[in-house]
Amino acid sequence: MTSVLYDIPGPKAKARNWLYAGLFVIALAAGIWWILDAMNDKDQLDWDKWEPYLAKSGTWETYLLPGLLNTLKAAAVSIVIALPIGAVLGIARLSDHVWIRVPASIIVEFFRAIPVLILMLFANAAYDVFGNFDFETRVLYAVVTGLVLYNGSVLAEVVRAGILSLPKGQSEAALAVGMRKGQLMNYVLLPQAVTAMLPAIVSQLVVIVKDTAIGGAVLGYGELIAAARPSYSFYNNVIATLVVIAVLFIALNYLLTSFANWLEKYLRQRKRGSTAVVAPDMVEEQAPGMHMGGGVH
Amino acid sequence: MVDDLAFLFDKYNVVAAFWVTVQLAVLSAIGSLIWGTALAAMRVSPVPIMRGFAAVYINAVRNTPLTVILVGSSLGLWQTLGVTLAGERATEVNFRLAILGLVAYTSCFVCESLRSGINTVHVGQAEAARALGLNFGQVLGRIVLPQAFRSVIGPLASVLIALTKNTTIAAAISVAEAAALMKTMVENEAHLLFLVTVIFAFGFVFLTLPTGLILGWVSKKVAVKR
Repeated sequence: MTSVLYDIPGPKAKARNWLYAGLFVIALAAGIWWILDAMNDKDQLDWDKWEPYLAKSGTWETYLLPGLLNTLKAAAVSIVIALPIGAVLGIARLSDHVWIRVPASIIVEFFRAIPVLILMLFANAAYDVFGNFDFETRVLYAVVTGLVLYNGSVLAEVVRAGILSLPKGQSEAALAVGMRKGQLMNYVLLPQAVTAMLPAIVSQLVVIVKDTAIGGAVLGYGELIAAARPSYSFYNNVIATLVVIAVLFIALNYLLTSFANWLEKYLRQRKRGSTAVVAPDMVEEQAPGMHMGGGVH
Repeated sequence: MVDDLAFLFDKYNVVAAFWVTVQLAVLSAIGSLIWGTALAAMRVSPVPIMRGFAAVYINAVRNTPLTVILVGSSLGLWQTLGVTLAGERATEVNFRLAILGLVAYTSCFVCESLRSGINTVHVGQAEAARALGLNFGQVLGRIVLPQAFRSVIGPLASVLIALTKNTTIAAAISVAEAAALMKTMVENEAHLLFLVTVIFAFGFVFLTLPTGLILGWVSKKVAVKR
């Protein structure tokens, strides 16, 4: 592989690169050996620690699958509710009227500046004081409320970036043929912006899936970590359990990320329609007080 | 309302909790800037095995929830394997492990921002440097990274703000930071729920919003004009 940063290696550079590679492999192997040795010392590599997940039937059905289902349930419900809220807030931020634009901006910036856990704790306590739910329902509602408030605001920025990413000629042409502002938004901008936003929305799902775990660990919502708790206390195999959970999350999120990247590439390369795209990586960690750039790269 | 506020601040040490949050954020920020830069250097290096390691590390860690990483470092590293990072009391150990987990997680995003920053530097810059005979370390350290850093201040600010918000997840391994205190307070003082939430919400707005505004301004100021 060649790169702009270095020339195609000659004999001397090749030898040096092999030396670096050798040293790196030794360091890496030492690190892995240290971890495995420490695990072996505490019997964490024994087959009976891993057997429940690799060979025994029942563990998956009792602990992991219901947990995974709860993770997916909270994530799916959250994105379905957050999308329309995000659309409304995003469009409101682009309004010509100050009294619509400013409150929408304040709401969006406020909820993006607050950790999702603070929102979940508030929702959980509020449902406890003002509602009459059993524990399971209450924590589900609390997790979903926290995720909706935060991700609704993030998606509002995605919607805004999506609309701003469209070529200016689109609005000009629509206004020139005599469309009103509502028609311009509904018939011209939104349908194109939705396509442009798809990769960013899919990659926001990764953030939502990861954030459900907060609800499990702190509020006790029955997602993967919380659902696996009885399993690892029974078999005394925290490390094996968390490795299995991590692998599940990595597989799920890797699929979503790959899909988002494929969508982005597909939308940029297609012949028909606009090639404006909100790139998926722009959402991942968005700072309040800063605007996301849109646009054709 | 003023009485309630005085009561809350009198009974609970809100400032101390936010101080722990700030410490977590600053120490983890320093750690993840260092480790993230190292990962970025590996990611673009001429040695294939380093590139491979960095790619696998980043794809694995950033797709794992931070909660799993932190719970894993407390229950797995400490309570099972006995790694204490030279901490003596439980609070000390969990605080240090939280920083370890936050650094491991956040450095992925630092690395990805830096890498996208390296991609914004014009190919001609590196080509000119190589034509002058600079080696990989010199090209990266003297020509590319100084320009890349200027264009990544915006994205890095986003990463650091996300880090500040992510410190709340340390509540899952009972580090006494802001979210952990809020959990206690909403349980004990349910009648003051809204006031408690407003205190903590504005605490975080106070920490994150100025960072975003200042660094956003700086990033515009130092941006490389092309």
